[in-house]
Amino acid sequence: MYPRTQFKHDTENTFWRNLRLFGLLIICTLNLPSLAADIPAAPDKAEDKLQLTGQIDTEDEFSHALTLLRGKSFKDKLKAIDTLAASRNPKALHYLKALLEAKLYYRKDDQKIIIARRADKGYALIDPESGENLGTVPKREIKKITLNNAMRRALREKIASLSLSNPDPNVRYAAVDEMLSSRSKGLAATLKTLIDQETNSKVRKLMQVGIALGELDGDKPAKLSALEYLAGNLHPSVRNRIQSMTEDPSEDQAVVTAARTALKKIEDKVYFFNTLETLFFGLSLGSVLVLAAIGLAITFGVMGVINMAHGELIMLGAYTTYLIQQAFPGFNDLSILLAIPAAFIVSGLVGILIERSIIRFLYGRPLETLLATFGVSLILQQLVRSLISPQNVPVSNPSWLSGSLQINSVFSLTYNRLYIILFSLLVFAGLYLILKNTRLGLQVRAVAQNRAMARAMGVRSGRVDALTFGLGSGIAGVAGVALSQLTNVGPNLGQSYIIDSFMVVVFGGVGNLFGTLVAGLSLGVANKILEPWAGAVLAKIFVLIFIILFIQKYPRGLFPQKGRAAEN
Amino acid sequence: MLLTRILKNDLGGQLLLIALLITTVTVALLNLAVPEGHALHISTYTVTLLGKYLTYGLLAIAVDLVWGYLGILSLGHGAFFALGGYAMGMYLMRQIGDRGVYGNPDLPDFMVFLNWQELPWFWLGFDMFWFAAIMIMLVPGLLAFVFGWLAFRSRVTGVYLSIITQALTYALMLAFFRNEMGFGGNNGLTDFKDILGFDLQADSTRVGLFVASALALALGYLSCRYVMNSRLGRVAVAIRDAEDRTRFIGYRVEHVKLWIFTFSAILAGIAGALYVPQVGIINPGEFSPLNSIELVVWVAVGGRATLFGAVIGAIAVNYGKTYFTAAIPELWLFALGALFILVTVLLPRGVVGLLQQLKRKQT
Amino acid sequence: MKQLDQVRDTFNRDQVWRFLQPRPKPNELDLSHGAILYLESISVSFDGFKAIDDLNLYIDAGELRCIIGPNGAGKTTMMDIITGKTRPDTGSAYFGQRIDLLQMTEPEIAQLGIGRKFQKPTVFEHHSVFENLELAMDSDKRVWPTLFAKLSDEQRSRIEEVMEIIGLQKQSSQLSGSLSHGQKQWLEIGMLLMQNPLLLLVDEPVAGMTHQEMDRTAELLTSLAGRHSVVVVEHDMDFVRSIARKVTVLHQGSVLAEGSMDEVQNDPRVIEVYLGE
Repeated sequence: MYPRTQFKHDTENTFWRNLRLFGLLIICTLNLPSLAADIPAAPDKAEDKLQLTGQIDTEDEFSHALTLLRGKSFKDKLKAIDTLAASRNPKALHYLKALLEAKLYYRKDDQKIIIARRADKGYALIDPESGENLGTVPKREIKKITLNNAMRRALREKIASLSLSNPDPNVRYAAVDEMLSSRSKGLAATLKTLIDQETNSKVRKLMQVGIALGELDGDKPAKLSALEYLAGNLHPSVRNRIQSMTEDPSEDQAVVTAARTALKKIEDKVYFFNTLETLFFGLSLGSVLVLAAIGLAITFGVMGVINMAHGELIMLGAYTTYLIQQAFPGFNDLSILLAIPAAFIVSGLVGILIERSIIRFLYGRPLETLLATFGVSLILQQLVRSLISPQNVPVSNPSWLSGSLQINSVFSLTYNRLYIILFSLLVFAGLYLILKNTRLGLQVRAVAQNRAMARAMGVRSGRVDALTFGLGSGIAGVAGVALSQLTNVGPNLGQSYIIDSFMVVVFGGVGNLFGTLVAGLSLGVANKILEPWAGAVLAKIFVLIFIILFIQKYPRGLFPQKGRAAEN
Repeated sequence: MLLTRILKNDLGGQLLLIALLITTVTVALLNLAVPEGHALHISTYTVTLLGKYLTYGLLAIAVDLVWGYLGILSLGHGAFFALGGYAMGMYLMRQIGDRGVYGNPDLPDFMVFLNWQELPWFWLGFDMFWFAAIMIMLVPGLLAFVFGWLAFRSRVTGVYLSIITQALTYALMLAFFRNEMGFGGNNGLTDFKDILGFDLQADSTRVGLFVASALALALGYLSCRYVMNSRLGRVAVAIRDAEDRTRFIGYRVEHVKLWIFTFSAILAGIAGALYVPQVGIINPGEFSPLNSIELVVWVAVGGRATLFGAVIGAIAVNYGKTYFTAAIPELWLFALGALFILVTVLLPRGVVGLLQQLKRKQT
Repeated sequence: MKQLDQVRDTFNRDQVWRFLQPRPKPNELDLSHGAILYLESISVSFDGFKAIDDLNLYIDAGELRCIIGPNGAGKTTMMDIITGKTRPDTGSAYFGQRIDLLQMTEPEIAQLGIGRKFQKPTVFEHHSVFENLELAMDSDKRVWPTLFAKLSDEQRSRIEEVMEIIGLQKQSSQLSGSLSHGQKQWLEIGMLLMQNPLLLLVDEPVAGMTHQEMDRTAELLTSLAGRHSVVVVEHDMDFVRSIARKVTVLHQGSVLAEGSMDEVQNDPRVIEVYLGE
């Protein structure tokens, strides 16, 4: 059960690597949202104008082109694509995109061109112009409109240049990007004519890159100045083009040298951003560790209780998230915000229950608390298996957690990772303030330092113990909410984190919240740094061995408690 | 005689060994001499099950030695057990020879499957039983020695030690799950054919392994009792109760801990080696931290620092496990969990402690 | 740093190179200058708090020395340093002329012949009185010899002798955990005797004892002096007066005054520390 999560991390990671490699692809899919969602949207004002000017003269041509599309001749189809594109009719774009995605079909009975998607039984049909759903038909009632590579090329170009007149700058940006990647011949010329009209600076910049790319085919001075302009640019086509220039024997020596310098600059930058990305992945993994361990740091560090059920309290938090999502099915984006306090309360109450019924009989016998709470963890696991399900349950992510913040084409911050870092820092800060500034915090610290003395001063140590344990457990529940967004939620969720959490606490130094923070983050980063060359499992083993050896050298962790009290 | 001297003042141990002797002889006879179908016949399945319990008993003694007498709660004894098991498993794998699925005389099946070209160096020698027998003790012993040398020297004690032993087990489990390690990865080692030339499926071999387990348990018990009766045993208890004080009267606490810990790991390794041919498989699951904690509760149930209590606990809990997992599987984890809680909160001295208390009340 | 020190040591011309000096054995304790324990300019601090501050203390062979001082004066920390439990930040500690205590572990120091009785009586509660004394006995304490150790008749009578001294013959096979507080104190002193140390460090030996027991303890400690060197840390002034020949007053981690009980009691600085301004 332990390694399963490991592999999950692993696949998650390669998944992201792949996404990055196909960065271009993402941009396309992100910025050209699915057709069904695209069509029903009310047309913009600008589109209205286009419609008014172009529609009447081209109506016939438009429908004629559509008839040509149904034909067999690729030549005719190419012509039809040209016509459709030239019509400047916004509906044309829908046809062209669907065609490029090989989703354009026509019905055999009425020859109507439709978009079809594979559905349960046969194909679901959609009207390309209105976006209306036309029902599901078996495969034999429709016929696909075939296309060849020449058509695909043409389609890409046409779609891009059509999109260039789109009022949405994001669509225009994607279009220019697409043109850069396909590196069509007249690219620079086209962009030069368009750049003056372009108002958006981001798009303009990309266009300039395209123009410079075009100039790489020009004479030597043009090449040199273009290389200077492009040095350090991270666009994948720039990198590919310059790369090929350095290897081209026909190039002038000065150009090759300039290209090498430019390439070096690009590669340095890529390396820099890759390091940044590793750091980011590491910090997000570290934040998860901190979240999972910080509750433990309280129960273990402050109270000296080894709570082996801590992992299961995390699991309860994750299940609370699941149950709340089940209870409010329509409010996915908000329910997680509700889940945070709910999980805190659920896990906190369970924690208080554990403390009052079991742990309070075992104070001063840490090894016994370890065994008893391990028993609790087994019971909680089985309880979830019996009451909910032995299988993993699906927990959905709110929309604001998906997607990513694209810094540039090699570096993006996924929102779920970003939020988890922020969230764990927030939880940490909150906890720190509670312990530092509230009456409960003062009492907790007093009891931790000298139980008998605190009692003599009138602190009700029983109540403080229960509340401290509840606080630590509640934090575990909150960690569970966060984890439910990252990993599978199942009865074994807690087990995969308990050992890591203990490692973090011990590594950081027991009784020191900052130690836990530093330890968690650094272990996360170390793990991610090791991962590329050792693999996820081996990286984890290395980290474990490192901690085992570290504890030998510094038995009290990174930030030990000093002084006479710690000596005894 | 040595035997009587060791068992002097150890009523529990005497009873245990007598019970062990009687059971071994009866079970062996009832399996081999009484024909199948007869009401008194004991099936080979039962013999193997009992044999398995006895190896658990030996493992429990090993844990009790360090936990009960030395105060070290090791959550890593499952790892020593598994390492001994793997050493035996490697020997049994080599005994398969060309009778595997792929019929390769030089490589075990899983290596053929993974396209290994030759036997890795650490498999060399495992075709000889004496070599495997040495490794069964050497590998867990060496690991315990190195680990203990590091940990005890820097005075890692109590909970910290428990946690890092757990980390050790966990790291080993992750490592053995990897195919690249050359120990069969996920599936471990299995499909054994014979041991020392005897067919593992034969009744007589099974009975032989059962008797061997009983013998190992008895010898293990006696040697542990010998150590604990010696002055070294008293030093161990002194360390458990007041480590600093022991140091200030001149004992090298680290050395005492190290030797007893290593000895205990070797016992665990032997238990693992006897366990594997009886259950017919060893896989990385044996390294799971859960197993290591579970075996601590066997000792706790029986009663710490009694040795025979550990054996009783191991057999009782595992009988319960066999019964529950067959009859009402959902209930087993509840029962085990409750056992952990009840024993630590209500019965800190285990069943044996309870009996002693009752006896004291009577007198 | 260690290497650097070694190099520096090598170039030091005014003394024999350290590595050429023979490693002393415990029975070769060099008492040629009359002192058994040298503590020189020792400082140790915990988290900025100076528990010991430039402490200089010399104990003569066969001497009975009492150390007094208010709470937090550093008495227990000083014992921790001598027995190897705490390492000082600076300074040196020598046993006899040659043995550097700062290089040794607790058991090594104990084997050298420095015995210690703790402030809080710590005996092995799950062992009988007899076994407690047996464990403390001066013998080969390595692992294997301990495993095969057998009690000789001589050793047995030595244990019985000590039990008589500490008055616990009747409790010989009783678990020491069931002894009274005073009895535990005595047992611990008995364990010290079994170790047969050259130097005894006794931390608050009479806490929790009746007056009668106190008198007997005083008698015992004074009888030990001469053959052994004894350092007693105690709060009870009556007890100190009854045994003391020389008293050292510690204050804030260093020696405030030293001399006979009367001298010390009339020292204005000591009065100020104890009575306040």
